[in-house]
Amino acid sequence: MTDAGRSGQAFLRARSEGRGALVGYLTLGYPDVPTSYRAMAAICGDADAPGVDLVEIGLPYSDPILDGPVIQRSGTQALQRGVRTRDVFGAVEAVAATGTPAVCMTYWNLVDRYGVDAFARDLANAGGCGLITPDLTPDEAGAWLAASDAYGLDRIFLVAPSSTDDRIVSTTRACRGWVYATAVMGVTGTRAQTSDLAPELVRRVRALAPDTLVGVGLGISTGAQAREVTSYADAAIVGSALIKELIAAEDAGRPGDLSGLRRVVADLADGVRGGR
Amino acid sequence: MSLPDAGGHYDIFGGKYVPEALHAALDQLDRAYTAALADPAFGAELGRLLRDYAGRPSPITELPKLSRHAGNARLLAKREDLNHTGSHKINNVLGQALLTRRMGKNRVIAETGAGQHGVAAATAAALLGLECRVYMGRVDTDRQALNVARMQLLGAEVIAVESGSMTLKDAMNEAMREWVATVDHTHYLIGSVAGPHPFPKVVKGFQRVISDEARAQLLERDGRLPDAVAACVGGGSNAMGMFAAFVDDPDVRLCGFEAAGEGVETGRHAASITGGSVGVLHGMRTYVLQDADGQTLDSHSISAGLDYPGVGPEHAYLAATGRATYEPVTDAEAMEAFRLLTREEGIMPAIESAHAVAGALRLGRRLAEEQPDLRPTICICLSGRGDKDTDTALKYFGLDGTPDAVVGGGF
Repeated sequence: MTDAGRSGQAFLRARSEGRGALVGYLTLGYPDVPTSYRAMAAICGDADAPGVDLVEIGLPYSDPILDGPVIQRSGTQALQRGVRTRDVFGAVEAVAATGTPAVCMTYWNLVDRYGVDAFARDLANAGGCGLITPDLTPDEAGAWLAASDAYGLDRIFLVAPSSTDDRIVSTTRACRGWVYATAVMGVTGTRAQTSDLAPELVRRVRALAPDTLVGVGLGISTGAQAREVTSYADAAIVGSALIKELIAAEDAGRPGDLSGLRRVVADLADGVRGGR
Repeated sequence: MSLPDAGGHYDIFGGKYVPEALHAALDQLDRAYTAALADPAFGAELGRLLRDYAGRPSPITELPKLSRHAGNARLLAKREDLNHTGSHKINNVLGQALLTRRMGKNRVIAETGAGQHGVAAATAAALLGLECRVYMGRVDTDRQALNVARMQLLGAEVIAVESGSMTLKDAMNEAMREWVATVDHTHYLIGSVAGPHPFPKVVKGFQRVISDEARAQLLERDGRLPDAVAACVGGGSNAMGMFAAFVDDPDVRLCGFEAAGEGVETGRHAASITGGSVGVLHGMRTYVLQDADGQTLDSHSISAGLDYPGVGPEHAYLAATGRATYEPVTDAEAMEAFRLLTREEGIMPAIESAHAVAGALRLGRRLAEEQPDLRPTICICLSGRGDKDTDTALKYFGLDGTPDAVVGGGF
């Protein structure tokens, strides 16, 4: 059985409300570092408008091989504008101040370079719950398993439609918090239709690792899609659809305007609550 | 101990840092490669293609006039430039294309910098009836338009990559992204001893024919092994091919030469071992050009084929253990060696290979100072020919195609 950890508690709280959870990804440092902090706090919602249940803070990397054009563009621009690894801890604090939990998602070299133990220490001290590792599977994760144990952090590994049964079992065993099921064979980005591979993958995870919480990501952009996904998974993960709004605001000459972002989050939050 | 281990590690280097979605395909490739090695029919078919199609074995050529510039050394060249498609790349693509068919896949994708690997991949695809798509950075499609056309003539589709620095590393990113989506029917035909396990092992396996031949040819010619072998190192496939059979010959120096661009001290270079640090890039732990945060830095070299900010993990291992040495060679040194080999021996090398020539010249001169009584034999891996680099050479040497004189004209 996989320990639900701190980030998985967000999924369990949603479940206690009879719904699935919503996870929102934003790129650190896009359109700039302070605005990205504001945007991450904004998607957490407030007393009047529910928001995401968990924030996924994307730390940009120069060579993001699992990301599509939208996240690539935001990450490339954030790097050109000078975002640094250490900025992630400020983002974690900004989200934590809203009461919504946060995890970080990044490619392994940045953590490796910072120092695995130091990164885990600073992430935990800032109030972060854990880390999603798109290019680190349990096979290479010795140092991360030790550091995440030492600092009580969740470790969210990925499973894919191509994963063998054996790998689903070993990967979910290595997780703490939940497992990230990639809904399609492909990179991040919005898609018109939800994947027909996702329900089958989640069914396999449920059968092989019955007590593991499952979040589904890749290709989800609307409240209706989020609702469909949370009918069989514990959480729907949305990234590119949110970042598109920030890109549109910047392209319109209003980079600090978060109204489009709030609108999309409201639709998604409504979706997991059974609306739309 | 046999390397790599089951997880693809060469001590701390190598491994498999890729999305879970690709693990099944990497495992399939590893199994298919292992099974192919054990299958005499596979060896026979690859051997036939290497002989009748690629033109192997490639000869060894004495370089007596060039040797006059190399102290007391006697230089020889292993002539991979004479292979079909003009470089050592054909050795690997024929092997992997046969593996593709064995795995029941009908399509390959490849990344390319200068275009040599892309042309070789397109060639193997044409030969074996596979669909082929090649990813190439926008900067490289612009500076290597001729190779774009060659690939298209061979039936391949060429995709220009405009993300990141728009060069080889970004072409590799894009090929990986596509592969995640098409892995069920597509093989990613990586061109170097780089990337996630088992690619470094597989590509070395197909390139070691270079040194298997060279070792036997040199023993037959001289009755002894060479004192050193020299090769250029970008990702490192020709160098690994040239080193493989000599690794267990402790008296043979293994000398790799990295692209130092404008000089390692300027920061504008592609010398990952000399000027980089240990990190993870493109699925492998190795020496990487990276900033303080681990973001990959842009590499620089006059040679598009060496313009890569990482290096194959087994080279990182050989460097760390000291079994092989790696030295930087600047653009200027490489172009001087290009000129010298062309003028002295009538062999115009690829600018990549000119780095190995420059390194061998330097090694010969240094040995003459250190051990004046020694008459060392140095075998250079001449990994490719220079036709593709004519434009670069024209610009570098200030030529413009104007004839030296005109005769027979009007009065």
